[in-house]
Amino acid sequence: MKITAETVSHVARLARLAMPPEDLRQLAPQLSDILEYAEQLQQVQLDGVEPTSHPFQEVNVLRDDVVRPSLPRDLALANAPEAEAGQVRVPAVLEGGGGA
Amino acid sequence: MNYETVIGLEVHVELKTASKIFCGCKNDSKSEPNTNVCPVCMGHPGALPVLNKNALELGLRAALALNCQINQHSKFDRKNYFYPDSPKGYQISQFDKPIGEHGYIEIEVGGERKRIGITRLHLEEDAGKSTHAADGSHTLVDFNRTGVPLIEIVSEPDIRSPEEARLYLEALKSIMEYCDVSDCRMEEGSLRCDANISLRPVGSTTFGNKAELKNMNSFRNVQRGLEYEVERQRELYEAGEPVVQETRRFDEATQTTISMRSKEEAHDYRYFPEPDLVDLDIDDAWLAQIRTSIPELPAAKRRRYEEELGLPAYDAGVLTADPKTAAYYEQVLAAGADAKAASNWVMSDILGALNSEGKTFAECPITPENLAGLIGEIGSGKISSKQGREVFKAMWETGKSAVAIIKEQGMEQISDVAVLGPILDEVIAHNEKSVADYKGGKDRALAALVGQVMKATKGKANPALVNQLLIEKINAL
Repeated sequence: MKITAETVSHVARLARLAMPPEDLRQLAPQLSDILEYAEQLQQVQLDGVEPTSHPFQEVNVLRDDVVRPSLPRDLALANAPEAEAGQVRVPAVLEGGGGA
Repeated sequence: MNYETVIGLEVHVELKTASKIFCGCKNDSKSEPNTNVCPVCMGHPGALPVLNKNALELGLRAALALNCQINQHSKFDRKNYFYPDSPKGYQISQFDKPIGEHGYIEIEVGGERKRIGITRLHLEEDAGKSTHAADGSHTLVDFNRTGVPLIEIVSEPDIRSPEEARLYLEALKSIMEYCDVSDCRMEEGSLRCDANISLRPVGSTTFGNKAELKNMNSFRNVQRGLEYEVERQRELYEAGEPVVQETRRFDEATQTTISMRSKEEAHDYRYFPEPDLVDLDIDDAWLAQIRTSIPELPAAKRRRYEEELGLPAYDAGVLTADPKTAAYYEQVLAAGADAKAASNWVMSDILGALNSEGKTFAECPITPENLAGLIGEIGSGKISSKQGREVFKAMWETGKSAVAIIKEQGMEQISDVAVLGPILDEVIAHNEKSVADYKGGKDRALAALVGQVMKATKGKANPALVNQLLIEKINAL
């Protein structure tokens, strides 16, 4: 699969990575090589093999609906670069960027 | 040109579990900020999610109640996007194997039954809550809601008017409440609705450019936002201007929708199977067991009230809209009350009093048994229906039974012929003119005689019986 500089730029934007043009030009062929290498797997004969999303057979790993202790708030916020009023403080964001 | 409105709704419903969907933190987003959080729901590296069995079963119950086909082999996927309220940088959701697909809800529009298709119902985790500083300088994030279990219910674009959208939402909420899967409080965010709306020339089978409406916090606002949008898009088409495909926010103050000008480039979520969760395999026995947990649903209950209890369609609709109303009504019936009389009292008096005082059925001072008692006292003629209203008021204020109130206030209606006989004889003897008038064909003269009897009994005589006895006695003179 051929990866273009535009594709790299798009993925970099999705990943919020700043990418100078020279890196884009360098990364495109490198990523192409990696994908082409992985594409060799497409040649494996898989007729009659069910597609799976995991390499193991286990299903239905569930927990009972029981409340367990949460983290103390100080600890929960310890790694936040900034906190205020018990909340994580981040630079202003526009409304509606997310989506549940 | 005539345009047809095409609406599809996306509804998120928070499930009523004790703990979150993938960790043991309390499912309570109203606690002090960031007190119900842990390494799993805050997305710390190495923390592993484990699915809450109850969340899965509530989701399946909802899917079955919405007539969905269940994907017995189901799985979770990662939906990747960056936003501060999503600490992992992705949301665990379901992509190509949602637990339910191809369902429907029936609504009644202008007396006609209409089926609105449900494309899919899937399980996912909620995001955190962002609070934007008024001056736009920063945003504060609370992760209590992160990982709260949600079901997302996506309708087919089968809805043809803002009114149908509201009816669909009301029916959906009612079914979710009957199934006891969610509180469905829109104003508190446990039920949220986004709407896709577009217009197209009548007869066209392709879709026009759509607007996605957000931020509608009540069913009424959903309807209003959509009504505004129908007009806005119609005016654009009629002016020959394009409708831009975009996200718009309903503004409650102005009752309009406002473009959010969010970059539309981005809906590239790069879904892939969630490697931290194994697949689901829901066998027939498990599904059958979940199916038995679904109670009689509102549509079936409404039909039963009409067909078996003989209630008018309007009564059946009001009584079944909310499961708590239906449960109360059925307890009144179980205590022996007449179906239609009970319906009248519950619909107008009980619901009216609860609404005006902002009370729930749990706080209702009149028990179903006591209401049935009151209905019985009126039915047997012990008190008149006018007295019944007074008794009801006293019951509401004191929580006492009808019998107790009637006794306390000396209200027992006199229906005993042996007691009434001598009183009637006396009234007839002292009102010769009225008696003569009545015999002479003046029917109204009888009312004067009834009035005299009521006065003599301090209003306690059974008026219908007095009427009947007076006629008998005068005719026998």
